Amino acid sequence: MTTPPTILVVDDNPDFLEQMKLQLEAAGFQTVAAESAQQARELLPTTDFALAICDLMMEHSDSGFTLAHAIKRKDPAIPVIMVTAVASEAGVTIDASSKGERAWAGADVILDKPVRFEQLTREISRLLKLPH
Amino acid sequence: MENLRVLVVDDEPGIRFGVTRVLQAFRVRVPESDGDVGFAISQAESGEEALSALAEGGPDILLLDHKLPGISGLEVLEKVAVRDQDMLTIMITAYATIETAVTATKRGAYDFLAKPFTPEELKATIAKTARHLLLRREAKRLAEEKRQVRFQFISVLAHELKAPLAAVEGYLQLLRDHVVEPGSPKSDEVLGRSLLRIEGMRKLIGDILDLTRIESGQKKRELGDVDVREIAGRAIETAQPAARARQITIEVHGPDRLPMRADPGELEIIFNNLVSNAVKYNRDGGRVDVTLAQADQTLVVRVADTGIGMSPEEVGQLGGEFVRIKNAKTRNVMGSGLGLSILKKLAALYDGDVQVESTPDVGTTFTVTLKRQ
Repeated sequence: MTTPPTILVVDDNPDFLEQMKLQLEAAGFQTVAAESAQQARELLPTTDFALAICDLMMEHSDSGFTLAHAIKRKDPAIPVIMVTAVASEAGVTIDASSKGERAWAGADVILDKPVRFEQLTREISRLLKLPH
Repeated sequence: MENLRVLVVDDEPGIRFGVTRVLQAFRVRVPESDGDVGFAISQAESGEEALSALAEGGPDILLLDHKLPGISGLEVLEKVAVRDQDMLTIMITAYATIETAVTATKRGAYDFLAKPFTPEELKATIAKTARHLLLRREAKRLAEEKRQVRFQFISVLAHELKAPLAAVEGYLQLLRDHVVEPGSPKSDEVLGRSLLRIEGMRKLIGDILDLTRIESGQKKRELGDVDVREIAGRAIETAQPAARARQITIEVHGPDRLPMRADPGELEIIFNNLVSNAVKYNRDGGRVDVTLAQADQTLVVRVADTGIGMSPEEVGQLGGEFVRIKNAKTRNVMGSGLGLSILKKLAALYDGDVQVESTPDVGTTFTVTLKRQ
């Protein structure tokens, strides 16, 4: 049996981070958690992971974007899922319908908070080309 | 200089020109406004003309003759009052009868000028009216400002309550969906985190109740003879469990008894806030020194901790409501961000104030001064 893929989860909300970790572990993934974009950046050189889930607004309102770009620089093949509360808090929707927009954001998928976990696992399976 | 627009409505040219000449050079000193107030005068010779001038944008002060050919002054007043303009009306009356006065007042006239009037009488009436108008506008502006602040407060408050609620909801869903097995060590942790968030909400709600009680003035102050030392001791006892858990020593310095005339409830809030914060933002194994002193009619309470401290910028930010210093060191500290607001409002009740000195990684000292009541 192969080892389950590792997912990097980055969120400055400790509760959200913990809940995400518990969900992902229950779904059979391994997790690495970081509480800030800075901490995540420090982990990048030494940590191997198959996919990253980043909050958009952490230390700065664009922390998630810059982190996503750093991840893509490390390995363009690593998929990034960006989660954001922008829609529910400011009523702004990030238009990520086109491939170009998503590439600009550095994210393969952009999800609004609160994140539905079924949707998240579906996206993870699709991005990692997992069976089921 | 601010100019108030005055519209003179009178069919007698002499009155119109006389008023214009007198008021053009007239200045009124209004204490609440910066500098003097002058007047820009326009004229109308009939009720009809007055109404069309008013329709184009009302003046600030309307000088209105009672007896006009065609539409009378009272009719003009009636039509204008309906519009609820931000304008004051002075009725000019030749034969001031009680009935005219009563009707005019009912329709919203602010004052009267009896014909014939001297320039001095005109100036006195205009000055009084101008001051009243400007004061009324200032009061309105302040009320609006207060309303805005209130709105902002409520929206931030809603946000502050939503965050822990979302956290607890998330944890409960994990248990419900058996993502975390009930009864497992993980579930204990999830429950512990949920309870911590609920405790934070409780603290926030408690602080808001304190704050609104102080602000509304609804709570009757119960001034009595209290021993400040005793109240400080009680606050320290309350904070002891949290302090002991992190090996933090709390000591009180000053006279054994410190009598003062004060509201014990208010002093309790002050001391609880100061001491619990000094523990919360301390380092493990640190200390808290509570120093009580009195000079003349002033009580000085100084609470110093050996905690994480704040940078000068962070100290500057501290004044606002719901401001919490967010950095890696405060991440695990719970607070409502209302503590200092509460302290300041309470200190103000005693003509006192709150001062903060802080050095990062060395500690913070809060000094509260209270005048004896």
